[in-house]
Amino acid sequence: MELAEREKEFQEKIDKGQKIEAKEWMPENYRKQLIRMISQHAHSEIVGMLPEGNWITRAPSLRRKAVLLAKVQDEAGHGLYLYSAAETLGIDREKMIEQLITGKAKYSSIFNYPTLTWADIGAIGWLVDGAAIVNQTMLARGSYGPYSRAMVRICKEESFHNRQGYEIIYELANGTPEQKKMAQDSLNRWWGPSMQMLGPSDADSKNSAETMKWKIKVESNDTVRQRFIDRTVPQAIAAGLTIPDPDLKFNEETQHWEIGDIDWEEFYQVIKGYGPCNHKRMKARQDAEAEGAWVREAAAAHAEKKRNKKAHQAA
Amino acid sequence: MTKDEALFEFLLRTGDNGLVLAQRLGEWCGHAHQLESDIALTNVALDNIGQARMALTEAGKVEGKGRSEDDLAFHRTEMEFRNNLLLEQENGDFAQTITRQFLFDVFQFELLSGLKSSSNEFLQSFAIKSLKEVTYHRSLSSDWMVRLGDGTELSHDKMQNALNLLWQYTGELFEKTEADDILIADGVIPDLEKLKESWDDIVGQVIKEATLEIPDTKGFMATGSRRGEHTEFLGYILAEMQYLPRTMPEAKW
Repeated sequence: MELAEREKEFQEKIDKGQKIEAKEWMPENYRKQLIRMISQHAHSEIVGMLPEGNWITRAPSLRRKAVLLAKVQDEAGHGLYLYSAAETLGIDREKMIEQLITGKAKYSSIFNYPTLTWADIGAIGWLVDGAAIVNQTMLARGSYGPYSRAMVRICKEESFHNRQGYEIIYELANGTPEQKKMAQDSLNRWWGPSMQMLGPSDADSKNSAETMKWKIKVESNDTVRQRFIDRTVPQAIAAGLTIPDPDLKFNEETQHWEIGDIDWEEFYQVIKGYGPCNHKRMKARQDAEAEGAWVREAAAAHAEKKRNKKAHQAA
Repeated sequence: MTKDEALFEFLLRTGDNGLVLAQRLGEWCGHAHQLESDIALTNVALDNIGQARMALTEAGKVEGKGRSEDDLAFHRTEMEFRNNLLLEQENGDFAQTITRQFLFDVFQFELLSGLKSSSNEFLQSFAIKSLKEVTYHRSLSSDWMVRLGDGTELSHDKMQNALNLLWQYTGELFEKTEADDILIADGVIPDLEKLKESWDDIVGQVIKEATLEIPDTKGFMATGSRRGEHTEFLGYILAEMQYLPRTMPEAKW
């Protein structure tokens, strides 16, 4: 079959809403786009463990400590699951990790912001996981089977994280004056980056046209962002917190919350490596790889010895 | 010493062991050599924090002064902590972390096995629940002992060094105080001396399979935690863990 014919057939499948499975033929760029997206998503889970892991030893109650540990463990599980989904496309985990630690692959730029106070653990669950859920619920409808199924499973756990995060913020916002200040300060710092995290307007996104044609993404960044804003603003109001945007207003006609300008300059600056924690996050991943090399080598050597022993016994 | 005071002491020790170990393992989160180990270490930390919460909550009840798990965890000082010295030792590298884990897991497995037939109802159900978890911990850490001990020359050396460093903290696990004597006599806890025999046996087997050697400490064993005399590490662990509830004592979280 001619390439053009295959591509046409492929596009028809997509248009009919059929899922593409790992072993099926797919255009090279479809594969590449998916590998880029899934590995970026996996890296985000792994790097995202760092700002939250930062508070495990300092969580202010044993219940919060246990919940946070469980949450960070879930993120590691998501990473593992997503790396496996990417592996169905013909790239291995080792290669992806190499791309991460050499800076070739990206991760969600929001994890380059620091968790300065306990309230930031609430803000990550509420805002960052909240934005992620809206995005992932959309991705769960995407055309690549293994990725869309991974999204369904991950969304369930993220919803739990989201509730936990909001509960932390709500408790603080309704606590002592110092706690309330902590919650508001955290919202002030995380609101902007969480507006940015769903990506630039589609007109400015170089990948959007292609990923939407193939239904890897089924909605635009702006649509997803609007959904996130509409569900988050009332939550802030319910907690008694103020969204740090003087232009925020409710449009009675459209029934949507409208926000002021998003600081895209900051977004691109952080992506380029100039966020508050880029260096620290990358160094943590690089160190884990380098300092763990002897463990991985020893495990491989031991497995080899065992295999030889077995072979020897069999002979 | 009353029986309740003795039981309080033992519950604190058990709770603090879980808490301090979870605190140490929590430091690893996101930094392990591969994702699977990150998940496994977090898993062990979670189980330990769960055990700590049960034991400390019960300790508060037995004490009868209305102290909650959080009061006990966040508002006691170094000298009031009863965890074994082994658990507060630094993570070091993965060799040191896994050796600490292994030496404790075998102990905890034996202790819980004995507690299954405790005359105390709480300890009995605590043991049944926790034993499932610790069975997994023990198999995880034993596997790593063998894998790294009998891996490469480098990993072997690192494991032997870890064992040399940590061995001195194992004697204390089995030390008996007045509280232990009271509880043993009442069938509340197993005789720690007897646990030592099976501990020696299992630890010895794994160390042998790992091609490692039991260090000769010339009879020296560190001691002190039963009296609240810890190593220098504990103060830092508590400073980090307790700072927020202590800074804002009126706050709820």
